[in-house]
Amino acid sequence: MEFKTKVKAENDKQEILITREFDLPVELLFKAYVVPEFVEQWMGTKVLKLESKKHGSYQFETTDPKGNKYGFNGVIHEFIPNQKIIRTFEMEYMSFGVQLEILEFEKLTDDKSQLHKKVIYESVSRRDENLKLPFVQGINMAHNKLQEVAKNLN
Amino acid sequence: MKLRRDVFQAIADPTRRSIIALVALQTMTPTAIAEHFDSSRQTISKHIQILTECELLEQEQKGREIYYQLNPKGMKEVADFIEPYRKMWDDRFNKLEALMKKQQSRK
Repeated sequence: MEFKTKVKAENDKQEILITREFDLPVELLFKAYVVPEFVEQWMGTKVLKLESKKHGSYQFETTDPKGNKYGFNGVIHEFIPNQKIIRTFEMEYMSFGVQLEILEFEKLTDDKSQLHKKVIYESVSRRDENLKLPFVQGINMAHNKLQEVAKNLN
Repeated sequence: MKLRRDVFQAIADPTRRSIIALVALQTMTPTAIAEHFDSSRQTISKHIQILTECELLEQEQKGREIYYQLNPKGMKEVADFIEPYRKMWDDRFNKLEALMKKQQSRK
C-alpha cells in the first residue's frame, strides 16, 4: 500500500522532511493549522492559545488515557496566509529540546495541495530521540492494551 | 547463517510488541512470557527468537533459567524508526484531510 505521507530523515542530519499531498484546496489545508477547533480535532489536543500571526505564540495541552497532561508550546516567526508558517515547537518538562518547524503550503490545482514540513532539531541525537518517540509510545500503547486484556481475564 | 532481521519487521507484529512491552517492565523467562498469551509455547518461542535476532531482546542466564530483557541499544538504526514516525503523521494527516473535506462539503 502506498502511503501519501513521505518522511525523509537521512543519517547524521539534524532535520526531518515530511511531505504530504492533500485532496484539499490550499486554503482549507492552511485553515486546518489556523482554526483552533480544527487543530484540536486532527491533532487530538486541546488548544489553550493559538495566535496565528508573526510574533504570536501557541500553547497546546494533550491528555493521555491515564489522565496525564502534556504541554506543548511555541512561537510563530513567520506567518504568510496560505503559503508559509515558521514556528518553534517544544514539549514542556521533557528533555527533547526545541525544534524549528518550517511549513510550506503549496497549491497544486484548485482542489489539490501539498504540505512540506521541515523540522530542524538542536542536534543529530535530539532528532533521533524525537524520531523514536512514536515507537516508544507504540510500545506503551501495546502495554496498555495488554493491561486491559489482563483485567478482563481476572 | 542467520538472517539479520530488521527492527521494523520485528515490531510490525502485535504479539511481538506485547512481548517487548512485557519484558520492558521486568526480565522474564520464556515460560513466564508464554503464560501471557493464548498462542502455543512454540509460537511464542519463535517470536522471542526473532526479537533476539534483531537485538531487541537480550538473554541472561540465571542458574538453570534463561531470562529475557529489553535491549534499548537494539533500537539504534534511525531507518527503523522512520516507519512508525511516518505512520503517526500519515494517520494525523488522514484525519486532517477527512475533517477539512467535511468542512468543504458543508459550505
